[in-house]
Amino acid sequence: MPQRLSGIAWLAAGVLGFVAAVAGLVPLLPLPSPRAVDTASALEPPLKGPLLSRSLDVGRDGDASPDDWIRRGFGDVGPLSRGLLRLRVALFGPLEVAGLFGRDELGRDLCSRVCWGARVSLSAAAIAGVVSLLIGVAWGATAGWAGGWIDDVMMRVVDVLDSIPLLFLVVFLVTVLGEDSVRLTLDSLGIGRLAIFYAVVAAVSWLSMARIVRAKVLELRGATMIEAARAIGAGPARIIARHLLPNLAGVIVVKLSLVVPRVMLFESFLSFLGLGVQPPDVSWGLLANAGFRALVPFDPAWWLFLFPAMALAVTLLALGFLGDGLGAGAERKWRP
Amino acid sequence: MLRFLARRLLLLAATLWIVFTITFVLMRSVPGGPFSSERRPPPEIREAIERRYRLDRPLVEQYFGELGRLLRGDLGMSFRLADYSVSEVIAEGWRATATLGLIALAFAIFVGGGAGIVSAARPGGPVDGLVRAVAMVGISLPSFALAGLAVLFVVYRMRLLPAAGWGTLPQVILPAGCLGAVYAAEIARLVRSGLVESLQSDWVRTARAKGAGRWRIVAGHALRGSVGPLVAFLGPAFAGILTGSVVVEKVFAIPGIGYHFVEAATTRDYTLAMGLVLLYTLLLGLAGIVVDLVQAALDPRVDLER
Repeated sequence: MPQRLSGIAWLAAGVLGFVAAVAGLVPLLPLPSPRAVDTASALEPPLKGPLLSRSLDVGRDGDASPDDWIRRGFGDVGPLSRGLLRLRVALFGPLEVAGLFGRDELGRDLCSRVCWGARVSLSAAAIAGVVSLLIGVAWGATAGWAGGWIDDVMMRVVDVLDSIPLLFLVVFLVTVLGEDSVRLTLDSLGIGRLAIFYAVVAAVSWLSMARIVRAKVLELRGATMIEAARAIGAGPARIIARHLLPNLAGVIVVKLSLVVPRVMLFESFLSFLGLGVQPPDVSWGLLANAGFRALVPFDPAWWLFLFPAMALAVTLLALGFLGDGLGAGAERKWRP
Repeated sequence: MLRFLARRLLLLAATLWIVFTITFVLMRSVPGGPFSSERRPPPEIREAIERRYRLDRPLVEQYFGELGRLLRGDLGMSFRLADYSVSEVIAEGWRATATLGLIALAFAIFVGGGAGIVSAARPGGPVDGLVRAVAMVGISLPSFALAGLAVLFVVYRMRLLPAAGWGTLPQVILPAGCLGAVYAAEIARLVRSGLVESLQSDWVRTARAKGAGRWRIVAGHALRGSVGPLVAFLGPAFAGILTGSVVVEKVFAIPGIGYHFVEAATTRDYTLAMGLVLLYTLLLGLAGIVVDLVQAALDPRVDLER
């Protein structure tokens, strides 16, 4: 593990923390619903309209309870988000900050859409991270530790999966999933497109992690310290937990810092082409796509493209700097 | 060498077969076949269509029939583009895609390599800092974000270049630049780190002691150390440019293979999408083999058998 991070890496970590906090706590923020259509103020540039406004129905009609308002405005949200939304109503009442980043062609608040989009984009990254930690590390460590034909078979599987251009295959998969009858079948099974999308992201993310962990385990397996541990009677569980894992941590962290931005790019790439996340869900790639179409020669609605693209770029840049910092830190440790 | 080629080509053939099988199964897993959810045509027309695309045969026969046709190099007819075969679409699109990709690659190598050399000449200097910062931003920006910013500022604000289309030189500059930028940034970093390391080596000191000039040292001695990693990077770069061209062609309305691929995916043109997926698999596999061969030719330490 790195001992010292440079200032810029700390800054990057701070930026990432901020983005993650916004994504996690967005229901708590006094922003309009990302789906609330307001055609009267369609394509309003940033900061043009009144900044503070009152959402129409919460608390005003006697019969609109917060739960009704949540269901109407935000769709089916999870229990955690619902709790946060209730807390928000309790805290801010009907007050909301609107038009910070401008509005789209249906008058929906872009700032709110970017913040809610962060959830999808970041959870794709988080899922990729977790999967490459669980499957990738386990797969690579098993192959490296077992050796022999087990190693051979396991690594051939990785080779073959790696040589399949998954991105193109995924596009083909999406083609099939676009068929109405398929979608209806899946919906009746309770599998949303977002779930399929996450599964796809997970499937592509663990291969390189398995490779690097295997190489490192192979290298460590022959190391004197492991032999010494075995000589004093340590069992395999103890050796793996106390001697192997701490030495793997460096490569794992560095690899993770490469996998996560790649998967975020992958998500935005597919969503930008209209083949990933589908409305009414929002993600940064999807917003950037909508924004790109708004870049027409006369009076381009630049904010619709600029803010989602900047959110994506800043997050990726922060991940890049953090990864560089971690890599440099890990290298310092390895070469004393 | 021959063993290496045989092994890799075998792996490529296996990959192609797996991809074909997956796409075939996916395509036929749509209940009632690919035409089911369109407007219901009269039964006679439907039968005629199914006969034409051989959807009326048993699945196993369809599978081996298609596999056989594929082995003869026949990718079949497009489902949506009337009277177009998949091969005709590829024949029309490959020129634009290849031109775009090669210009982007050349841009990446020359701009990235140049920036890397300038940057390594004085490590830690202001130019070095600037190049490294720009490279970091370049790596992080997705190509479509760059394309959007370019359209906004270069096309609409400054009115320097056209926004879309294909055929003239000004129409090539923007897409190729957006496509190549990420790889230019990566190459700049690769070349820089390789140069910085070899500039401190013994042979460079010897060359300097013998009185070789600054540029002779860089170009004739130190740069050779960066060639290996650069060639190794060309494999991923080629793959990335091929993938990225899908987005860039879509964004700038360039009539290449990637454009047709996205269209095929969104209009559910199964045969076209399948043919293009197989084409991409083949291209990526071949590029990987070529890069490995070039690497082995340049560096005797690379052992192809391993």
